[in-house]
Amino acid sequence: MKRRSPRLRIAASPCHSFKWGMKLAKDIRIGVFVCDCGSNIAGYLDCPSIAEYAETLPNVVFVKENLYTCSEAGINEIKDAIKDENLNRVVVASCSPRTHEPLFRESCAEAGLNPYLFEMVNIRDQCSWVHMQEREEGNEKAKDLIRMGVAKATLLQPQEPIQSEMDPKSLVIGGGISGMTSALALANRGYQVYLIEKTKDLGGLLRNLSKLAPSNIDAKELIAKQVEAVKNHKNIQLFTSSTIKEIQGYIGHYDVTVSTNGTEEKFGVGVIIIATGARVFKPEGFFNYDGKRVITQFELEALFKSKKFKSKNVVMIQCVGARDEERKYCSRICCLTAIKNGIAIKEQNPEAKVHILYRDIQAYGTENEALYQRSKQLGVRYIKYDQEKPPEVLDNTVKVYHHLLGRELELEQDLVVLSTPLIAGEDNEELSKLLRVTLDENKFFLESHVKLKPLDFATDGVYLCGNAHYPATIREAISQALGAASRASIPLAKGTMTVEPIVSVLADEEACRGCGLCVALCPYGALEIAQTEKGRKVRVIPVACKGCGICAATCYVHALSINSYTDQQVEEQIRAFLSG
Amino acid sequence: MLDAGRHSNINLLAYSEVEEVEGEVGSFKVKVRKKARYVNEDLCTGCGACVEKCPSTVEDEFNIGLGERKAIYKYFPQGIPSTHCIDAENCRQLGQGKKCGICAKVCQAGAVDYEQQDQLVDLEVGAIVLATGYDVFDPSVIPEYGYGRIDNVVTAMEFERLLSASGPTHGHLDRPSELALRAEIAVLDKDLKKATRQIEKLEEKHGKKTSKFLKEFKAGKAGEDGDFERWATLAEKAADTEKNLAPLKKREAAAQTARKLAFIQCVGSRDFRFNRFCSSYCCMHSVKEAMIAHEHDNETTSSIFCMDLRAVGRGFEEYKLRGGKTANILYVRGRVAEITEDKAHNPIVWYESTTSRRVEHETFDMVVLATACVPSAATPKLAELLGLELEENGFFKTDPLAPLDTTRAGIFVCGCAQGPMDIPESVAQASSAAARAAEVVSMAGEVAVGGS
Repeated sequence: MKRRSPRLRIAASPCHSFKWGMKLAKDIRIGVFVCDCGSNIAGYLDCPSIAEYAETLPNVVFVKENLYTCSEAGINEIKDAIKDENLNRVVVASCSPRTHEPLFRESCAEAGLNPYLFEMVNIRDQCSWVHMQEREEGNEKAKDLIRMGVAKATLLQPQEPIQSEMDPKSLVIGGGISGMTSALALANRGYQVYLIEKTKDLGGLLRNLSKLAPSNIDAKELIAKQVEAVKNHKNIQLFTSSTIKEIQGYIGHYDVTVSTNGTEEKFGVGVIIIATGARVFKPEGFFNYDGKRVITQFELEALFKSKKFKSKNVVMIQCVGARDEERKYCSRICCLTAIKNGIAIKEQNPEAKVHILYRDIQAYGTENEALYQRSKQLGVRYIKYDQEKPPEVLDNTVKVYHHLLGRELELEQDLVVLSTPLIAGEDNEELSKLLRVTLDENKFFLESHVKLKPLDFATDGVYLCGNAHYPATIREAISQALGAASRASIPLAKGTMTVEPIVSVLADEEACRGCGLCVALCPYGALEIAQTEKGRKVRVIPVACKGCGICAATCYVHALSINSYTDQQVEEQIRAFLSG
Repeated sequence: MLDAGRHSNINLLAYSEVEEVEGEVGSFKVKVRKKARYVNEDLCTGCGACVEKCPSTVEDEFNIGLGERKAIYKYFPQGIPSTHCIDAENCRQLGQGKKCGICAKVCQAGAVDYEQQDQLVDLEVGAIVLATGYDVFDPSVIPEYGYGRIDNVVTAMEFERLLSASGPTHGHLDRPSELALRAEIAVLDKDLKKATRQIEKLEEKHGKKTSKFLKEFKAGKAGEDGDFERWATLAEKAADTEKNLAPLKKREAAAQTARKLAFIQCVGSRDFRFNRFCSSYCCMHSVKEAMIAHEHDNETTSSIFCMDLRAVGRGFEEYKLRGGKTANILYVRGRVAEITEDKAHNPIVWYESTTSRRVEHETFDMVVLATACVPSAATPKLAELLGLELEENGFFKTDPLAPLDTTRAGIFVCGCAQGPMDIPESVAQASSAAARAAEVVSMAGEVAVGGS
């Protein structure tokens, strides 16, 4: 494997005569655990030879190969070795620190070793998995990685977690069904909630809907019930016609400024739930949309509500402005809306004809599929169309190519209803910047982990639910809202926050000139400039810091440093790599 | 999983069943049977020495019968709590009345306890969350798909195990017909080796080669010896076995991994004979499995036969399209009518193509059935025990507006126990159920039913 470029060699020339392998730190006793990860690692790398190699590294006094280091048996081996072998540094060469570092750290702590004297080396995701076909080179790379890990471990220093008090109040942004449900769930647990709604009324999109499915209750009724509960709850303070002006701070300590018709109010909260919902896409330019004869499902709901609906031949077209080049995503709920409204039309007038032209009917699950089948029983007709051969809306008919018949049909119509997707809220970008949370490519809010943390953001203390996240049914929105409240209540219930000490520190106060470059670049608002006896100096807010290292990398006087990733430690790693 | 096992606020009772529930929201009394596992959890270090030495081998349920496990075992490697369990039925000592005791002898922790009894544990709790999951539909009740009869028709769950790097084939798509062939060869090989060993002994004893002996024996010139009948039989048997083995080995040498795959959607779901509902997640897992198979071997092609391809989550539609563009996945709209098999064990899929409006058939290397998500077998029993209603499909009944609440106050249900759903939704629901449970406990009797 070619891995030493001449340039790198020159870069390392100041320590040219330095032989890393000869440097034996005093009293450092490192234990290295090499994980087979079943066959995930051992299937592609020669773990016994890697373990053997680890034994030859300086300061390493104990090496063990495990089938699964993360299994209870593996964990016990780490703990026993710490005690029996008097280890004061532990290196695990296994999978991703993202999933397993906390576990290994905790295990060290349980055995009485400061958890920050632990170093993890990823020989799976970045080695065995990507070099499945190159066993030899993979082995060498694993050895390099372990040598580097050991080098860094030698210089690790004990750290203590940072504790911070939690403000027990919470902020819920958005007063639709999701926001109201979240607010009520938190309020019922006894937490003070500020609920902010942009418009003058609570209820969100539901305000414009008629009947809901499959519950068959009036949307109005559901909202009324929730609104009443919210308004009467002693733990909820409601702000309507209000917008978020400013949010500063971090989990446990957010300072929020809300503007209500120009009047500003400030308060503090510990956690924030985003429940800002979504908008309905208006299909200007699609299928002769005019809002009268060709309308959206949303507008059809309004016709139902005002009892003005009288059409006898309704043709609905699905995926209008969705699953196309501009918006690739499926909006999840439009098929269900069409099915529900098809049923509503047939129930009102069994003689009326309803045709739904679709690409795939997304009636997933038990209730939705049952609804779909019921609509068919009631006589709603479904015709599949091809994206390449879309229907054509004419004055009194809709032309569509019928697959099974193999010819074009012309359906009579006195109303065409377009099923359009939900699109991201217009304020999402602004809010995402205020809270430093991420959006997806369609500007919906993006959760921290699609499977394991569907209601959390990467930024601690901020949670999401409902249409702000992705189009959802009412059942799903309620469920997510309760879930987000549950997630938010965890730090609230704990009362104090414990934060990883891998944060930025002002290691060299003398050097700092208070230039503020780092403050401007910090994406988490974790730095500020303070006037001290020694002049303008930067100050770190450890609870807000994520340890990303931008500040340390930027600081041209090397005043800032990241715990457990100090320049010295990283340089030592590089040297170890070059000395292989 | 490990987090749950280690959390100081979680008391984990694995291998246990609820037997009785009394009381009401805020103060339930629950009786739990902690079943005897014949291994002391506190002493066992999970080292696995017992597994190595255990002489009883049985089919491995975790690998859905595609691999083997011992009578003392761990359901799967990362299982929590990290301890073992004896399957009494298949244990020589416990179930078969034979003298064995090997596991107890090799266990350095002294954790094996053949005398262990079931324990009854009484719990007092304020709220109950059901997260009992689901069962996979058994497709053998659909005779036209040939599951169980045609080797290379597998369920999605079996296919997952084949795809898994830690599974029985280390992620290679070896076809079940070839796995069966290998097993057959292994048995014959073993027989042959045994016979050969015995023959060699006889050759040594009598100082002549078998070929020579047979010639003499057939000519009646071998003379008299108690061994001769047996020798002749053994020689004949060995020759037969060898003859039988040759074509099998030839077939095995020519065997290739599966590269042309078919995925059949809605097996047991959206089918009025079995389950009317849609199982929600199967469209996406078929796309995923086809993608992984393609990642593993770039020559893999897949056809997914479906009515609607339901890709409704964030990024799902995009993923589906990517599969079509980059992973040789073809989406075929049409319900499969029948699967037959050719002489080389290749399944043939017969279907009506709604695009060509004709009945078509195509031969594949392997067919994967996207089987339905059905209520777990114990659901009715548990529902009766807890006094809960089930919905029409047999899942725990919830209200669309109070999606976590069962029909009894203080008991909540999340995940596939209330209907099919994918992982993100299950995880989100788990938090939601926790919220409802916490709400009920913290309001202690003030609220009853209803999330809204």
